[in-house]
Amino acid sequence: MLYSEKVIDHFQHPRNQGVLDKPSAVGQVGNPVCGDIMKIYLQINNGIIEDIKFETLGCAAAIAVSSALTELVKGKTLDEAYKITKDKIVNDLGGLPPAKIHCSMLGVDALHAAIDNYRQKTKGAVK
Amino acid sequence: MKVYLDYSATTPVDPAVYRAMKPYFSQVFGNPASLHSYGQAAQAAVDQSRQVVADFLGAQPQEIIFTSGATESDNLAIMGLIAGLKADNFSVRPHIIVSSIEHDAVRQPARQLEQLGIEVSWLPVNSRGIVEVSSVERLIKPNTILVSVIYVNSETGARQPIREIGELLKKINKTREAAQPHIGTDSARRLPHIYFHTDATQAINYFDCHVDHLHCDLLSFSGHKIYGPKGIGVLYSRSGTPLKSIQLGGHQENNRRSGTLNVPGIVGLSKALELVADQQVEEIKRISGLRQRLVDGLIHQVPGVVVNTDLSQASPAHAHISIMRVEGESVLLALDLVGIAVSTGSACAAGNLEASSTLLAMGITPEISHYSLRFSLGRWTTSAEIDYVLEQLPPIVQRLSHLSANLTI
Repeated sequence: MLYSEKVIDHFQHPRNQGVLDKPSAVGQVGNPVCGDIMKIYLQINNGIIEDIKFETLGCAAAIAVSSALTELVKGKTLDEAYKITKDKIVNDLGGLPPAKIHCSMLGVDALHAAIDNYRQKTKGAVK
Repeated sequence: MKVYLDYSATTPVDPAVYRAMKPYFSQVFGNPASLHSYGQAAQAAVDQSRQVVADFLGAQPQEIIFTSGATESDNLAIMGLIAGLKADNFSVRPHIIVSSIEHDAVRQPARQLEQLGIEVSWLPVNSRGIVEVSSVERLIKPNTILVSVIYVNSETGARQPIREIGELLKKINKTREAAQPHIGTDSARRLPHIYFHTDATQAINYFDCHVDHLHCDLLSFSGHKIYGPKGIGVLYSRSGTPLKSIQLGGHQENNRRSGTLNVPGIVGLSKALELVADQQVEEIKRISGLRQRLVDGLIHQVPGVVVNTDLSQASPAHAHISIMRVEGESVLLALDLVGIAVSTGSACAAGNLEASSTLLAMGITPEISHYSLRFSLGRWTTSAEIDYVLEQLPPIVQRLSHLSANLTI
């Protein structure tokens, strides 16, 4: 099999899949290389990610990366979440085929977009 | 249940082919180039097989070159022809026409020739993935020396008008031959002959491959797509075609392809062709019936299905579809997990992460290619297998499309 058991498991049973009704922030990114799309919804309270959901249109690796990322991020502070690297996700998934490594970058980018979006929004609110 | 629906990628060796090959590994193992009885026994098997291949194509045995597969045959056809013609020295920069839906085994040699300074025109296809004869005619130039068009596209199964293109080129070549060169004026030199190559790899099972019916000079195919072994292929080269070996070494195949002959492969390929010829009429009927059942079921039971194969002008074994908003590689994997093998043109599944060039040439956007799925049926496909696919696929599509239900694309 092309993918690790962990990837297959996340692909078959994605964690935190879906949407949040009133998210604190969302981030959507598209991958210009392969065409995959990923969207992250965050529920943030006191700087902590209390809930997270994702939607993905993409290959098995993209789905597994999104799913694994949500597990890593839940309960973390924004700063901690921002520091999660693609290597961390790939390692947690038991590796990805070399051609699929870019999918893990997509997950990181979507999360960064959501957090950036939140920080932008709250900065405005304070003013 | 295990269901193999990727016959266009490769086929299992037919048991009768396997039986025919068996003696040629350890019993009749001689090198056909050897003069002793061991060698001559192997040579006899090769001669007999060569005759079978020639009969299948309506060709002469000396026009058959055994290679390692269709990739080598395509490379030899294109690079070997250019090398052979160069021996006569090009007076002008030669021009070749290659369709935009070729296998990489034709596409890459053409690209390389382009880099070496040969003029290459890429023949477009219409939205159904089919080359139009009028487009070929429009692209022909005084310096055109080769046209290469695949017989059946491996992804969509679209059948190309090879015979019609062959007729056009034959007519043009006749006019060129009849033209009298004006003595002493360089510009009025007689125009070169246009050679015609077709990659018939996906056509052998279902379509007429007689070379005089197609009017082709070069025709390639491989053993493993026709229930024969891997590692063996054929290049038909019409007598008089100036083909030069691109692989140096021995003098096999009349100096056109060096290397010890793959005797068991050759025996297996010829047996496979005999089986194809015996079963062709019934198989076309049976497989197109199964394909219809599959396509009808997909359209009715899976939301968002677009059929990319024009069923009226395609191999009966191919069904190429897109399922809107569901990425092809993820469907492929989910199907594999329930025992069903298919393929996809999605960039996600390609080593280079590029959408299939065939689909792009048809005007299918990279997004729609992203959703593509190819089913290719074959000799052992049953209606129970088709029903199993139609039972398994809808919930998979439902689950995967749910993952992106609210995404704006």
